[in-house]
Amino acid sequence: MTEVLSEQVGRGSHSGALLEVDNLHVEFRTRAGVAKAVNGVTYSVDAGETLAVLGESGSGKSVTAQTIMGILDMPPGKITGGEIRFRGVDLLKLPDDQRRKIRGEGVSMVFQDALSALNPVFPVGWQIAEMFRMHRGASRADAKKKAIELMDRVRIPAAKDRVNDFPHQFSGGMRQRIMIAMAIALDPEILIADEPTTALDVTVQAQIMGLLAELQRDSNMGLILITHDLGVVADVADKIAVMYGGRIVENAPVHDLYKNPAHPYSKGLLESIPRVDHKGQELYAIKGLPPNLLEMPTGCAFHPRCPYRRDNCVTDVPQLYTISGTRGSACHYWREVIDEGER
Amino acid sequence: MKANAESILEVRDLVKHFPLTQGVVVKRQIGAIKAVDGVSFDLHRGETLGIVGESGCGKSTLAKLLMALERPTSGSVRVHGRDITTARGAELKRMRRNIQMVMQDPYTSLNPRMTVGDIVGEPFEIHTDVVPKGGRRRRVQELLEVVGLNPDHINRYPHQFSGGQRQRIGIARGLALQPEIIICDEPVSALDVSIQAQVMNLLERLQNEFDLAYIFIAHDLSVVRHISDRVAVMYLGKIVELGSDAQIYDGPTHPYTQALLSAVPVPDPEGRETRQRIILQGDPPSPANPPSGCHFRTRCWKAQDICAEQTPALEPRQGSGHPSACHFAEVRDVVNAQ
Repeated sequence: MTEVLSEQVGRGSHSGALLEVDNLHVEFRTRAGVAKAVNGVTYSVDAGETLAVLGESGSGKSVTAQTIMGILDMPPGKITGGEIRFRGVDLLKLPDDQRRKIRGEGVSMVFQDALSALNPVFPVGWQIAEMFRMHRGASRADAKKKAIELMDRVRIPAAKDRVNDFPHQFSGGMRQRIMIAMAIALDPEILIADEPTTALDVTVQAQIMGLLAELQRDSNMGLILITHDLGVVADVADKIAVMYGGRIVENAPVHDLYKNPAHPYSKGLLESIPRVDHKGQELYAIKGLPPNLLEMPTGCAFHPRCPYRRDNCVTDVPQLYTISGTRGSACHYWREVIDEGER
Repeated sequence: MKANAESILEVRDLVKHFPLTQGVVVKRQIGAIKAVDGVSFDLHRGETLGIVGESGCGKSTLAKLLMALERPTSGSVRVHGRDITTARGAELKRMRRNIQMVMQDPYTSLNPRMTVGDIVGEPFEIHTDVVPKGGRRRRVQELLEVVGLNPDHINRYPHQFSGGQRQRIGIARGLALQPEIIICDEPVSALDVSIQAQVMNLLERLQNEFDLAYIFIAHDLSVVRHISDRVAVMYLGKIVELGSDAQIYDGPTHPYTQALLSAVPVPDPEGRETRQRIILQGDPPSPANPPSGCHFRTRCWKAQDICAEQTPALEPRQGSGHPSACHFAEVRDVVNAQ
């Protein structure tokens, strides 16, 4: 990080985690009504740590990430409450030019669809080098040299010859590597990966996840992995935040959650996935549909689909109950869910 | 697997090459994309054959050939002994009734300007003798009920339904002509995890109810294991291994199958530090210019000179009961190994 930034964002002068999202609220004002996409999300990541944010489409996981990055479309999006603290400083209160500094150098992001995230009319090397030209004022030649180094680092074969190729000349896996090269160009302290392997084949997915893990080990980055794939999460995460209807319904260390989930939604998800290592009987299916953000159910958002539902679930929004120091579940009856036994 | 069940679909040496041409006025063929390059298998009544492989391995071209949406370069697809690839006109129309398809993307495979009733009932407009005109609406409502949709929603449009419900509409359309074979091309990959399970359970229920045979194409190996009786693994246009779900998943013999299976993340963090992984380097080669001999040899850790010279046949290998196209096939349980 540059000196300008460390003056603003006091290094080591705060006690919390590296990045803290605190009670964040985001809504979208549309013609059809107000869609409450994020309703009080709190999570934190420290250096070297991997947080997996797990959720289905519409659960608010990507909107939270976009808000952290400061790339949310506003309007229609609007941040209606909460703080995002990076090294103890609330990013939401920083002026634009300082935000821009942190974007890329402090917190960086890898997007799902590399083909649409890369600019089709510029060579990939030029796009990677842009990071150095814009943020570091590097000359074109220096920036290009650094771009080649980065392409080597993310294992693009013959980087020197391919630096002037365009995005369409690369395969899906190679494009995702280029995205990663851009994201790590300025040695960010936090990397947000939003469904980085969803569009890829399993063999390529394994390569990309391996690369991310290696980069994290080398530079001690904090990693926020946004995904819906319970398999990928089990492989790499240290802790998990499960999101549903714009809220975190359960957070837990990875081993605890897989062994004994404390929220009916996490439990349902784990039971509904087919396994490659044994053939089960009929799959458990969570009945019903994910909630419509324009008409959220009253009380607990999961109650229309929940097998543990009681009357107060329809009226009372459950808080995130603390189960132990690092675990929480937003279910009135989490004891019952957890007592049903280990899987 | 339903043993000794009658074989209703026989695919033999199926080949589809798409020509690559150069020149605008005078077109010259300069090569071919070998999308499907000699595929043979049988499908029995009431069974599910899963087809797995990476993108570009020819899974979807194979589906199109089976549906007679593409004409093969050579080879045959026999349905009850009659070859669909050479059928024309009225005969082709009659044969197609027996093979229907469920598409991948429930958002683009339904016409947004048609009501659900029109979409599910359209097969009856083409095959007019299946249901008399007066009974069609009722039949469509029955079909909606069968796939778990509200029959009163017959006049709604696709945008009024969620992704999972749309996939049910696609399945109802596939069932309309009471086919014996349904080809499912990635039917659940566009759906959320909690909805995937609903649609897979529906497909299994329908199979039992109507004695359907499925060709289930997917890239998600866990999904394929769950639903399939037998599994074919494809690589660059060829089947490299074919066997029952237990044979393929618990005792794979082809290195590609082993690599593919070991790359699947297991949703259980226990023992993840010690889990063995075979990570393949690079991407599959282009089907326009596949490697000589065994197509997989360029990424294979077992490759020797013979692999470049001789194409390994898909035949049972020593030590296992199912066919595998590898000179050095050897059982290795990668899924359960810790």
